Amino acid sequence: MSTSLTLLALLEREPAHGYTLKHRYDALFARTRPLAFGQVYAALNRFDKHGWAEVTGVEIADGPERKRYRITPDGVEAVTGWVYAAEAPSEFSSSSLFARVSVALLSGRSAAEVLDSQRALHLARMRELTAERRTADAAATLAITYELAHLDADLRWIEEAGSRLEPAADALAKAVR
Amino acid sequence: MTALLEARGLRVEYGATVALDAIDLALAAGSRTAVMGPSGSGKSSLVHALAGIVPLSAGEVWLEGGRLDTLSEARRSRARLARMGMVFQFGDLVPELTLVENVMLPLQVLGTRAATARRRAVEVLEQVGVAEVADRRIGAVSGGQAQRAAVARALAHRPAIVLADEPTGALDTVSSEQVMDALTRLSVDQGTALVVVTHDHRVAAHLDDVVVVRDGRISVGIPA
Repeated sequence: MSTSLTLLALLEREPAHGYTLKHRYDALFARTRPLAFGQVYAALNRFDKHGWAEVTGVEIADGPERKRYRITPDGVEAVTGWVYAAEAPSEFSSSSLFARVSVALLSGRSAAEVLDSQRALHLARMRELTAERRTADAAATLAITYELAHLDADLRWIEEAGSRLEPAADALAKAVR
Repeated sequence: MTALLEARGLRVEYGATVALDAIDLALAAGSRTAVMGPSGSGKSSLVHALAGIVPLSAGEVWLEGGRLDTLSEARRSRARLARMGMVFQFGDLVPELTLVENVMLPLQVLGTRAATARRRAVEVLEQVGVAEVADRRIGAVSGGQAQRAAVARALAHRPAIVLADEPTGALDTVSSEQVMDALTRLSVDQGTALVVVTHDHRVAAHLDDVVVVRDGRISVGIPA
């Protein structure tokens, strides 16, 4: 889901063909494992079906026809909803947070707000675990400290990211130019 | 509801540097709050301003319904000694004294007789789990034990609030957990409010609220 919505967010910057969109995505989010073209076109078809994007023109050059897509107001709303929705830590993946922060930076949304809401949710989970740890046996303590350490690592990244938002926004804007 | 400790429009300057600006913060009795933020963001300055240790360029600090910042230095020190407890990164215990003597010190300054002060000091050292080394000097105990003694000293006179500035900053993870367990357990038992400056989220997870300070301003406050 986050891959699709990240593609949609890239479309928000400017209309694009699937080919261009795939390369923009790869440059920002998939440097080690490029996205399959099929995944991009499937996502664009879904956006069309959901009313999140629409075809603004079809070009026929040397190869197959190329559809140019642009985001709709419903699509913008979908991106906004996704970017600001903090995720429960159990379902959390750090790459999703990275993607949401990057999209916020690219789109002029508040990346600091994204980080703040995720910090609050992570700390709430850490409070639960800290309270559990006080009465836990040694085996349970190991499991609890494992989860605490991972939450702590995420939070360290959140704090570090918070101090680098401005230069990161500049670098991301250059990367998608 | 009147806040136990409240900052209104605080501004603190060190020469040409603005360390804090436009700080509004109200801490309720018995609340437990972490103050977080990047290095140099002003979080230690905030705690020192709340304690009346650093002079304000603007704003007010209210303790239990009375102005703290307008008191004379002597009366402010007295109010701080009687109603606040302080814990610092390096406990600031007196190295020539034993742990129990260190904990007795503020009690005696407040007028408690020596025998009563000793009984209370031993009681609090037991609560923080270092009674067995109560008669040793700082140099003969671990950093974690010394810091738990600092916690005992800060809470022995049953203050309304304890302000702690990176109390676990020099400790390993296990010792840090022991210090925070001791600090939060005692504060819950005594109904003491806690404010803990920390860069460590595991420490913050012992507390109920988080305030984030960035560039001298509160960027995330306590929810209303």
